[in-house]
Amino acid sequence: MTPAGIAMSIIFAIVFIGSAVGFRAGAGRKMNLEEWSIASRSFGLLFMWLLMAGEIYTTFAFLGASGWAYSRGGPALYIMAYITLGYVVSFYILPYIWELGRRHGLQTQSDFFEKRYQSKGLALLVSLVGVLFVIPYLQIQLTGLGIIVQVASFDQIPRNASMLIAVSIVAMFVSFGGMRSVAWVSVIKDLLMILAALSIGIYVPIHYFGGFSPLFRQLVVSHPTHLLMPGATKTMGHTWFVSTVLLSACGFYMWPHTFGAAFTAKSGDILRRNAIVTPLYTLSLVFILIAGFAALLIVPGLSNGDMSLLMLARKTFPAWFLGVIGGAGALTAMVPAAIILLTASTLFAKNVFRPLVAPQMSEDKVARLAKVTVLALALVSFGLALRSSTTLVALLLLGYAGVTQFFPGVVFGLFWPRVTSIAVTSGLLTGLVVVAALMLTHRDPFHGINAGFVALVLNFVVTVLVSFVSPARQNPFALMEEEEGATAI
Amino acid sequence: MRRPSIFSVAIGIVPFAGMCLSVSLWDRITPTVFGLPFNLFWLVLWIVLSSGCMALANLIEKSRRKDGGTTL
Repeated sequence: MTPAGIAMSIIFAIVFIGSAVGFRAGAGRKMNLEEWSIASRSFGLLFMWLLMAGEIYTTFAFLGASGWAYSRGGPALYIMAYITLGYVVSFYILPYIWELGRRHGLQTQSDFFEKRYQSKGLALLVSLVGVLFVIPYLQIQLTGLGIIVQVASFDQIPRNASMLIAVSIVAMFVSFGGMRSVAWVSVIKDLLMILAALSIGIYVPIHYFGGFSPLFRQLVVSHPTHLLMPGATKTMGHTWFVSTVLLSACGFYMWPHTFGAAFTAKSGDILRRNAIVTPLYTLSLVFILIAGFAALLIVPGLSNGDMSLLMLARKTFPAWFLGVIGGAGALTAMVPAAIILLTASTLFAKNVFRPLVAPQMSEDKVARLAKVTVLALALVSFGLALRSSTTLVALLLLGYAGVTQFFPGVVFGLFWPRVTSIAVTSGLLTGLVVVAALMLTHRDPFHGINAGFVALVLNFVVTVLVSFVSPARQNPFALMEEEEGATAI
Repeated sequence: MRRPSIFSVAIGIVPFAGMCLSVSLWDRITPTVFGLPFNLFWLVLWIVLSSGCMALANLIEKSRRKDGGTTL
């Protein structure tokens, strides 16, 4: 068999085994909306960890991080910082979101806004913005899958065909499986990804250079400033780093799917313990960044940095192991894509379609509509992935700039009784308009500051100011009714 | 359910200071540690320290919940 044949067979075998494990886990359970979308609020620490790691360590971390280490250098370090700090933020907000979810029967991010602010309009806005900005995230996964198949088939299968195959598998998997299946596939995905990261990140420097030290010494000689910020870019210096890390850490749990993951936990305490354990998993990223740096010396001159990790693997390892790495990569794209599709389609069916078109729709019908929406969303992002040419990180930053605008509404909603619905709506709209204006006129970064961060700051200011001038309302989510009452600020 | 205590929030700010706000102090190549450039090593160190900070914050929150006798 040709190397391409061997690598592709192994990738397909891994995807097949992964999907089979997922289906088995979901088999025999009654699939109502609550089970399909949030696994009936049943996940303990282990499953929670798997789901959270499953949705964070995406093909972005795999190909995008190494791609930026390769093409941008130092600025790629932001990824290690923001993921860790995102967990720090989660410690202070997710247990509260979970508790309110249990008390008020919330299933989606939009439910949270609707019940907290007693505003259907705001809830609708949140759903639409959420669905809109997960599309670039979905596009990342599909583009990543396309790159994997292209490299592993030694350029014999075109990227578009491979993306179409991938999107069909993911859509089927989601429609029949549900959240429990997805968490189970994460088990295989995470094991393979750690194996791939360690083998590339440790073997490559030793094989080619004799260790980490000689690798970096050689890199500093040939590219003296690559490892520092702004690295190979002109605009991504320390101000960019600070603003981007702050923005992304705040936005980490503002994605509809990451926010929604909080509801799958069995208790709020699980989420706190998760915030202690999960940052350690970020350590695997170090090896992926090292692989990207090494690729700059070993396979220089690639036009697309996102291909660097796999090109390095193709050059270094036998075909069967390229297949294992490709299979790991394929699952790291499929699992998050499945989670995103599942959440976004639930959000659309439950929080956009039902209130607007058919208020009396039963939960079962909503579930059925959600499964149709899965297909529609999958096709939209496939269409976009066909046309787009930006890097994976650029797509992620676009999504973060959008979803992080929910942050003031969530944090004030939890901890500041005075905040009002009209204030959160104005803040959110201000943030989105600023993001759109700066990004569409190509002014990101804006004077060295991440455009999304500029928008977030203005969003905060507007939310606070408007809260003070608009009439106060009763807070339906009073956290402290047992002791201090709702008077404390 | 009560909001997080001022102490546990203060502990949460420590990783932000270490990994983010202080970037201009640690974004350098030398001295290399374990063969890693200093900025990469620094972030690795702070991933572990952040996990420790969260464990400490969790202890504080836990002891408060016992005193207060609240749910969660």
